[in-house]
Amino acid sequence: MADEPLVLGIETSCDETGVGIVRGTTLLADAVASSVDEHARFGGVVPEVASRAHLEAMVPTIDRALKEAGVTARDLDGIAVTAGPGLAGALLVGVSAAKAYAYALGKPLYGVNHLASHICVDQLEHGALPEPTMALLVSGGHSSLLLSSDITSDVRPMGATIDDAAGEAFDKIARVLNLGFPGGPVIDRYAKEGDPTAIAFPRGLTGPRDPVYDFSFSGLKTAVARWIEAKRAAGEEVPVRDVAASFQEAVVDVLTRKAVRACKDEGVDHLMIGGGVAANSRLRVLAQERCEAAGIRLRVPRPKLCTDNGAMVAALGAEMVARNRAASSWDLSADSSLPVTEPHVPGDHDHVHEVSKENLYS
Amino acid sequence: MLLLALDTATPAVTVALHDGRDVIASSSQVDARRHGELLLPAIDRVLAEAGLRLDAVTGIVAGTGPGPYTGLRVGLMTADTFGLALGVPVHGVCTLDGLAYAADLEGPFVVATDARRKEVYWARYADSRTRVTDPAVDRPADIAEQVGGLPAVGAGALLYPDTFPKAHEPEHVSAAALARLAAEKLAAGEELPAPRPLYLRRPDAQVPKNYKVVTPK
Ligand SMILES: [Zn+2]
Repeated sequence: MADEPLVLGIETSCDETGVGIVRGTTLLADAVASSVDEHARFGGVVPEVASRAHLEAMVPTIDRALKEAGVTARDLDGIAVTAGPGLAGALLVGVSAAKAYAYALGKPLYGVNHLASHICVDQLEHGALPEPTMALLVSGGHSSLLLSSDITSDVRPMGATIDDAAGEAFDKIARVLNLGFPGGPVIDRYAKEGDPTAIAFPRGLTGPRDPVYDFSFSGLKTAVARWIEAKRAAGEEVPVRDVAASFQEAVVDVLTRKAVRACKDEGVDHLMIGGGVAANSRLRVLAQERCEAAGIRLRVPRPKLCTDNGAMVAALGAEMVARNRAASSWDLSADSSLPVTEPHVPGDHDHVHEVSKENLYS
Repeated sequence: MLLLALDTATPAVTVALHDGRDVIASSSQVDARRHGELLLPAIDRVLAEAGLRLDAVTGIVAGTGPGPYTGLRVGLMTADTFGLALGVPVHGVCTLDGLAYAADLEGPFVVATDARRKEVYWARYADSRTRVTDPAVDRPADIAEQVGGLPAVGAGALLYPDTFPKAHEPEHVSAAALARLAAEKLAAGEELPAPRPLYLRRPDAQVPKNYKVVTPK
């Protein structure tokens, strides 16, 4: 059992209700219910809308995942859930469901870190993670470079965005171009027909004195918006395809450059890329080119495993079981700012000590 | 019959077990900010106190609010998931009805809970078992005429004495009352509704106007 644990994972940190089931590093089910359409007219995820949708979608999505995997709940070796980081109210729906499910089935509960899950999901695609692995996580919520020597216990932040997440920049530029929400897929599509060298947009934080591994997309976003506004003010047509391609190039150029640099500096020969922006076709191509040139093996899961899903949570949960990590306790809480350095939230054993200390004085 | 009742729609995290005759164990803690952490340990404690395991439960009763959403969902999600895992029915009971039942009053009265933002969730009752208005959310001053002069229970009534001069206990709902009410209704052959949340307000969300121009004028 310990080698190939059967684990169900629940993810509700943003707008996807994800329930996945894995056996060790084998994907058995990846059921996702998304509320993205309900957020579209707001131009971004509305936390309360997402939380309401999670509550309605949870039970049907668990059901669907079990059917897809062809297993019964009784066979499970554990239940994993995203404990954070993410939207507080949304996380709490998933944590409540996972606790109730684990308790009712008499299974151990593992509250795990959303970012570590994004890295661990690659085990379902390419087998056991090399140790160490450098990971570039890019989505609407995060942009970070992480180095992990053991995904269940050691994740070190190398760099992160100092302002907007990469995916946020895609959403904002799509809005300026009137292309709708979410921005990632539509920019990618337009960019395919545009010239990435047409406009020289700035590369954030790439100066000699800038932090080597941190990102910044706010300045780029403003530069692109200004460029578009200037065109409009002059009564000229905005070349949407060239703008999309040049903006996208500026983002993926910086992302891949810094990720490869981090691998070289740390002597790491594997780079994994995850998060919703990892679905970007240009990012995948440029990362491949630059990794090959640097002798680095690139691992990018298929797009559906890059966006938020329950399988990634199950993958990390299975690893927790396999490596005998302590389960979480029944008072596990959702932590919207759970640090990436905590891949999971083990039960609080100090609790008992505190109580007995108090008794000493009574 | 063994009913597990729970409610997280008010600042109370409250759990009770009812064996068909009466409540055999219960727990209530008031902590508006820790519903997520407190609920499952409370259920575990109540079961242990009764010397029972969760799989002995034949039905779940969940308070459906109205109540502040984040806390409300903790109870409803827990109830839904228990229902799925155990294969037992999950019944919804309006949280205000639980408070009304516990108030044990003969004549007309009002139940009002704290809806925050200077508003109350409220409904009028003919007696402890008969609600005569749909649950609503309003500013106390706006409903003063409708509730004027009536006795009132619940934290919302206690909070606004100008509107509810005859307010008294109970302040929060108890799962024990919820369980007794549900057991009574089920014994009478009544169908209880599905445990869907009574939000009564739309989500806070603004459709953004056109994006903000960044070029200075
Ligand atoms: Zn994510």
